[in-house]
Amino acid sequence: MSETAAARPARWTDLANPTRFIALADRLVPWLAALSALVVAAGLWLAFAAPEDYQQGATVRIMYIHVPFAWLAMMCYSIMAISSLGTLVWRHPLADVSVKAAAPIGAVFTLLSLITGSIWGKPMWGTWWVWDARLTSVFVLFLMYLGLIALTRALDDPARSAKAAAVVTLVGFVNIPIIKFSVDWWNTLHQPASVIRLDGPTIHPTMLWPLLTCAIGFTLMFATLHLMAMRTEILRRRVAAMRRMAARAADAGETAR
Amino acid sequence: MSAHVLYVAAAYGVSALVLAGLALWILADQKARRREMAALEAAGVRRRSDARDSRTGGSHTGGSSARGFNA
Repeated sequence: MSETAAARPARWTDLANPTRFIALADRLVPWLAALSALVVAAGLWLAFAAPEDYQQGATVRIMYIHVPFAWLAMMCYSIMAISSLGTLVWRHPLADVSVKAAAPIGAVFTLLSLITGSIWGKPMWGTWWVWDARLTSVFVLFLMYLGLIALTRALDDPARSAKAAAVVTLVGFVNIPIIKFSVDWWNTLHQPASVIRLDGPTIHPTMLWPLLTCAIGFTLMFATLHLMAMRTEILRRRVAAMRRMAARAADAGETAR
Repeated sequence: MSAHVLYVAAAYGVSALVLAGLALWILADQKARRREMAALEAAGVRRRSDARDSRTGGSHTGGSSARGFNA
């Protein structure tokens, strides 16, 4: 096995081999963890060194975590949608491991974007919550994460729930552009996009750079957690397979005796 | 002003707690699965791919692995 691996150049399809994926994750995770801690720390330091908003005062500092959490809530779902294509189209053996491992992490980031947004909304809008387009569509995203967590853990054999989870994930992806454009399509308390827009960011550089640093830091944190969770999921499936094998072997041994 | 600082502290505090909880949960899951795997390996259960390697060494058969697991 190692001879054939050495005989040809490494390709991304090598990652389809769970053993090789675990080896790669083992090598990457410590570096990613250290790097994400460093970048998040730098981002938060920059965030608290940045000037306060002339209208919002200190509460603008909530932006430096709220916006990265909201971005990650959507990015995680997009990764799950691409992984679902991997399950349905390419039958990649790790695609549904990726979906299952990402769902709880995405749910946490979505919940945090809702909570931090709510805490920001109270002093700035005068209310914790409104059922407008942006807030409601993100709440729906949170519910979809919960549904996918339940679905990916509903059956003992993960291969059987993989296809259903992939289909549901892809159907639910329609919500992602709805979230993104909800602030343009409907009346909402939420402000429109100020970073990713066609005419460039409308946010001042003194706030944009801390925000981008925080976003990169939390994205690295997401990558670290996702890799770790995928590695653990592969391990869980191996343990289950080994138990089945041992049980079968014990059965065969008993009938022979 | 000071009320605003409280909102900021609450947002950061909740986020730190929830993210720490997520990381701890993922770490605990990893630790538990690694312990299960180590226990199975210590009991002599082999994965199919490992069994192929050990068979070339002539030391391992399916039957003995089952007995090893029961022991």
